[in-house]
Amino acid sequence: MKRLLQAVGRDGLAAVAGFGDFALFLSRAVTGALVTRQLGRRWMRAVHEQGVRCIPVVTIVGLFAGLVLGLQGYYVLTRFGSAGMLGTFVSLTLTRELAPVLAALVIVGQAGSAMAAEIGIHRNSEQIDALVTMGIDPLGYLITPRLFAALIVFPILTVAFTMVGLAGGYLSGSALLGLDGGVYWSAVHSAIRPADVRECILKALVFGLITMAICCHSGFTTHRRTGVGGSRAVSVSTTRAVVLASVATLAADYLITSFLV
Amino acid sequence: MIRPSLPPILEVHGLRKHFGEHLVLDSVNLLVPRGSIVSVLGRSGAGKSVLLKCLAGLLTPDAGEVRFENGLLNGVGRRCSYLFQANALFDSMTALENVALPLEQTSRLGRREIAHAARDALKNLGLEKFADHFPAQLSGGMQKRLALARALVMRPQLVLFDEPTAGLDPLARNAVFGMIVQYRQQFDFTAVVVTHDVPEALSASDRVALLEDGRICFEGTPVEFVASSDCIVRSWQQYSRGPDQPQPIARS
Repeated sequence: MKRLLQAVGRDGLAAVAGFGDFALFLSRAVTGALVTRQLGRRWMRAVHEQGVRCIPVVTIVGLFAGLVLGLQGYYVLTRFGSAGMLGTFVSLTLTRELAPVLAALVIVGQAGSAMAAEIGIHRNSEQIDALVTMGIDPLGYLITPRLFAALIVFPILTVAFTMVGLAGGYLSGSALLGLDGGVYWSAVHSAIRPADVRECILKALVFGLITMAICCHSGFTTHRRTGVGGSRAVSVSTTRAVVLASVATLAADYLITSFLV
Repeated sequence: MIRPSLPPILEVHGLRKHFGEHLVLDSVNLLVPRGSIVSVLGRSGAGKSVLLKCLAGLLTPDAGEVRFENGLLNGVGRRCSYLFQANALFDSMTALENVALPLEQTSRLGRREIAHAARDALKNLGLEKFADHFPAQLSGGMQKRLALARALVMRPQLVLFDEPTAGLDPLARNAVFGMIVQYRQQFDFTAVVVTHDVPEALSASDRVALLEDGRICFEGTPVEFVASSDCIVRSWQQYSRGPDQPQPIARS
């Protein structure tokens, strides 16, 4: 019993210390904008790395998500004689939940993992120490542009995911299964309210900030991985970044939804 | 090159550093005269790199102080530069971009002036033809020179070298120490070199310090080092003329 309590206490303290460390990291990364030179150039590069490279995969996942939603929704709604509500079903499901969450998970898998690995390699090869010795704030130089890029990339890609998903729903529900296209798009138009769009954008912003911060933090702290070193430590950091960011996305989604519903 | 009338550029007093239960540095004291090359010798794992990282502000000592020009040294900043053992060059940047990086981020120079200064630094180290090459496209010696160009582009007063000859053959080791001596004269900086290459350190340095069991157990000129009867120093003297000893480093 005593050992159990000790273990719980130790893990609890470690978790609190970890949250504190992460909060400090995030605040220093945000304030790093004040001391970093040529932030705009690095920010544009980060937007390209996170955003442009993710467009194909976000488009493909969005299309298939819409296709599946259209297919499932059509057969379920037909049972109740409400096939005309397919547009409402697809649009609200995408806008309120699936688009922000799935787009975030896709970006984490594509850009977040690459970012964690890249920063981990910077750490392993002493490039982060080199920045310190040159008098350059490594958080401002490496992390701040990436976090700011997430605030642009996530909303844009989430909106793109929603649009492609709606088109996917139209393809399976109307083009393949015969629902009138006008009925589908009319239902989409009347279902989505400004509050749904605001919720969608808010979730995208929060997911972007949290997930990219987790990925950057995981890479930045690669040297603290106990029991592993070198390329193995980078691999552990990358895996940890993707897992933690995915869990954080779903947890944040629940919290935001519970406050907004 | 040493100016004995001037105060030391770097003073280390009572530096202590633990890692868990392991005491790595135990009251280390060191004086670095202005304009000199000071080599810190010691076995692998003796704490030489830890000492250098404490001097650079990359590690926080548990006790003691580092004074730079009579003021407390708070990180290396613009007055000091650090040359990493593995060079720590940014592999996704060209040679020119690597050298320009500290100027871009810490100086108020314009883009043209930065490019000009970076090209000058590359030219001074014989790398002007490789400005657009990535570090991976350069040889080991050229990477070392590129790292030195990056370290010198800010015109530092003190350069810290962390095992600059690690993994190099005897001729290349000799060339690296020759480069340190040559550029010290050209750019007028003070150098602290952490190494375990005894012959090269004795040939190139103005002063030698020996780190043993976390303490500096000898500090003096290379001549005093060779003449010392201290039993720890004597165990190192046998390596001062190894069988693969290259030609002495030319000094003016």
